[in-house]
Amino acid sequence: MKFVDEFRDAAVITKARDEIRRLADPGRQYRFMEVCGGHTHAIYRFGLKDLLPPNIELVHGPGCPVCVLPMGRIDDGLSMARDPNVIFCAFGDMMRVPGAHGSPLEHKARGMDVRIVYSPSDALNLARKNPDRHVMFFAIGFETTAPSTALVLMRAKALGIQNFSVFSNHVTIIPAIRAILDSPDMRIDAFIGPGHVSTVIGCRPYEWIASNEGRPIVVTGFEPADILQSIVMLLHQIRGREAKVENQYTRVVPWEGNHAALKAMAEVFELRPYFEWRGMGFISQSALRIRDSYAQWDAERRFQTPGVRVTDPKAAQCGEVLKGVLRPAQCKLFGKECTPEMPVGALMVSSEGSCAAYYNYEHRKHSVLTTIGAAARAATNRAATDRAATVRERA
Amino acid sequence: MNAVLPKIRFRDPQVEMAHGAGGKASRRLVEGLFAPLLFGDSTEPLGDAAHLDFNGTPIAFTADSFVVKPLRFPGGSIGELAVNGTVNDLAVSGARAQALVVTYILEAGLPSEILEAEVRAMAKAAACASVVIAGGDTKVVEHGKADSMYITTAGIGRPIPGINIAAASVRPGDKVLLSGSIGDHGITILLARGELELEADELCSDTRPVLPLIEAMARVAAPGIRWMRDPTRGGVATSLNELARDCGLGVMLWEDSIPVRDVVRGACELLGLDPLHIANEGQFLAVIAPEYADAALQALRESPGGSEAVIIGEMREEPSGTLLGANGYGGVRAIDMLVGDPLPRIC
Amino acid sequence: MCLAIPAKVIELFPGERNRAMVEVTGVRRHIDIGLLEDDPPVTGDWVLVHVGFAMSKISEEQALDQLNTLMILGENEAALEEVQGYGLGDTT
Repeated sequence: MKFVDEFRDAAVITKARDEIRRLADPGRQYRFMEVCGGHTHAIYRFGLKDLLPPNIELVHGPGCPVCVLPMGRIDDGLSMARDPNVIFCAFGDMMRVPGAHGSPLEHKARGMDVRIVYSPSDALNLARKNPDRHVMFFAIGFETTAPSTALVLMRAKALGIQNFSVFSNHVTIIPAIRAILDSPDMRIDAFIGPGHVSTVIGCRPYEWIASNEGRPIVVTGFEPADILQSIVMLLHQIRGREAKVENQYTRVVPWEGNHAALKAMAEVFELRPYFEWRGMGFISQSALRIRDSYAQWDAERRFQTPGVRVTDPKAAQCGEVLKGVLRPAQCKLFGKECTPEMPVGALMVSSEGSCAAYYNYEHRKHSVLTTIGAAARAATNRAATDRAATVRERA
Repeated sequence: MNAVLPKIRFRDPQVEMAHGAGGKASRRLVEGLFAPLLFGDSTEPLGDAAHLDFNGTPIAFTADSFVVKPLRFPGGSIGELAVNGTVNDLAVSGARAQALVVTYILEAGLPSEILEAEVRAMAKAAACASVVIAGGDTKVVEHGKADSMYITTAGIGRPIPGINIAAASVRPGDKVLLSGSIGDHGITILLARGELELEADELCSDTRPVLPLIEAMARVAAPGIRWMRDPTRGGVATSLNELARDCGLGVMLWEDSIPVRDVVRGACELLGLDPLHIANEGQFLAVIAPEYADAALQALRESPGGSEAVIIGEMREEPSGTLLGANGYGGVRAIDMLVGDPLPRIC
Repeated sequence: MCLAIPAKVIELFPGERNRAMVEVTGVRRHIDIGLLEDDPPVTGDWVLVHVGFAMSKISEEQALDQLNTLMILGENEAALEEVQGYGLGDTT
């Protein structure tokens, strides 16, 4: 796959890994937070922690839009679809998130019309194909996804499609980072910055992190080579006692962001005065709601919802894990009462939540792994050569 | 080595789709509810088929049901799955299927030409797999109740001489063999449903009987075949997790060696799915003693349909009960079983 | 929020300026290119696709640049300086 495989190439990654080892000062600890859930997922999926020296710790941030969604909002969304005329659409990520009375998939099993969509456009198309039904799209995501929802609402308005609405649970990334930095227990040295959010908002919104808070931040891509290169860049800044915003993901992220995307968002959305983030409490100006000019397509206005606040059990320490104060395995409920199959708290419900990622990819590995590296590499190379030979034979 | 399996309880208040997806929820249902109530106190790990003895005559016996939407898809249809699936369950348990019986649950309103097409497909698949369809039963349910049709096949056969499958016989150092590319079937079905609006021309289900390949392997390596499984629902990851749990050892996969067609990989990347969790209908996994592994691999590669066979990993002492994947640059991840159906993600 | 895949634009539709067909190793999908209206892609361009929308064009030049930078890491001090210079304010 072009623009993917090259950044997963072993030779490239090994170079970056060796450079990190060369640059990291053995006399100090480094704590780098990757904000975005997609980075958390990539780090675990590619086993990147195994490549880092022991004094570099990666701390998982709150950039998982599913994880930070309060349970009450899921219940609100599901209550809208109690009417059998309504089709509840959402991304796959939402389907297993438990509400007070079950997840969307569980509601589907009980007869609710729940459908997975890959794109908000698919939800609008569903509305066009089913004029007698009402299609409600449960929108989640940071600024990466909000412009797409905005464009779809603009199209719905332009086409006069009445049987469609959006329940906006879009949140914004900067207030979340601010909440991390404001936290008294926080000890983050630098940030691996969100890559895809930045294709929309650009790199300027992070400048205060460097200038006011003195933390380096590198806007980063999602392949192994991207993440490792970003760590190289952070180490360089720290060595040079600098703190600035850098763009590692230049093949995709424009420094000024995407003007058309920002325009669409501004046309359709406005900031809520405050919004509750699961595990983090109320954060002001951190979420998007649909403007009055699009009220007809705003599910919050078209439907009556219970609007009940559902709090997580006190024992769940999601907030501390979200802020990087605790590691997932340090939460009392981790792996016992709280597992990906039966999630109690926010960070287990989505596969990119730090606890779920850690559980799925990491916690059953033991220290025996240190002997695996060389043998596995040798075997992988042997097997890959084998397979290449087979492919050539067949061709 | 015999692993002591933890007692699993089925406490779910109602049946959910996840219970049929082949992952953890399915395991909970089968091992927590069916096994204790139906299978007595046996502590044997559950396999793909039952091997029974009738006064000295060994017989292998299994059943499988087929629920698929859409009924027809590139590369096959429910009829072929129904034959091949049961033939393959017997094959990976080390048995040659001889006869099947078929039950149809048909939805009232199903056009006859669709039914006939499936029956023809079954007849053809049975001939291809050299298996007799010896009888069956039909029920019709109300419109809206059977997704057009559900098919169950039960199969009976004879053990292949020389093969003795048991998770308990697996040892550290044994090699893990995979018969060919993974993910073709599951992704074909996902695309054929049309909900995700993806198209791919060269993709079709891999449904086929794997018995000829297993017999080819057995001819040169029978004494070394420790364990086999067909990675259907839940994919390779689920099957190997079951192996790790049943034998108490660890499994190490070399992820770069696992064959995945470009088009399957593209669909998986686009949707955020892992090919290791995707269903296959024409592949099998085998754990082979190291001294037989090369011969087994060679035999597969020289057989029709086996050219993509590859050794993808090996058994390790530790970490016990865990499946790990190593990539080409020293990173390792644990690969878990599927929780429910693989769901596309955007995050 | 984060899953976005590089895909190649293989077809545009004259009557529908917001629609394109893209391909990723043999898998094809219609996407919306409305977010790139200021600089629409042409057939053959690579774009980053997230939830069925093109978010950005992908610069092959920048990609190659980055790979070159990574490959010469550790070879000499000049290379290290290039890594630092490379990250500064590139506004493609």
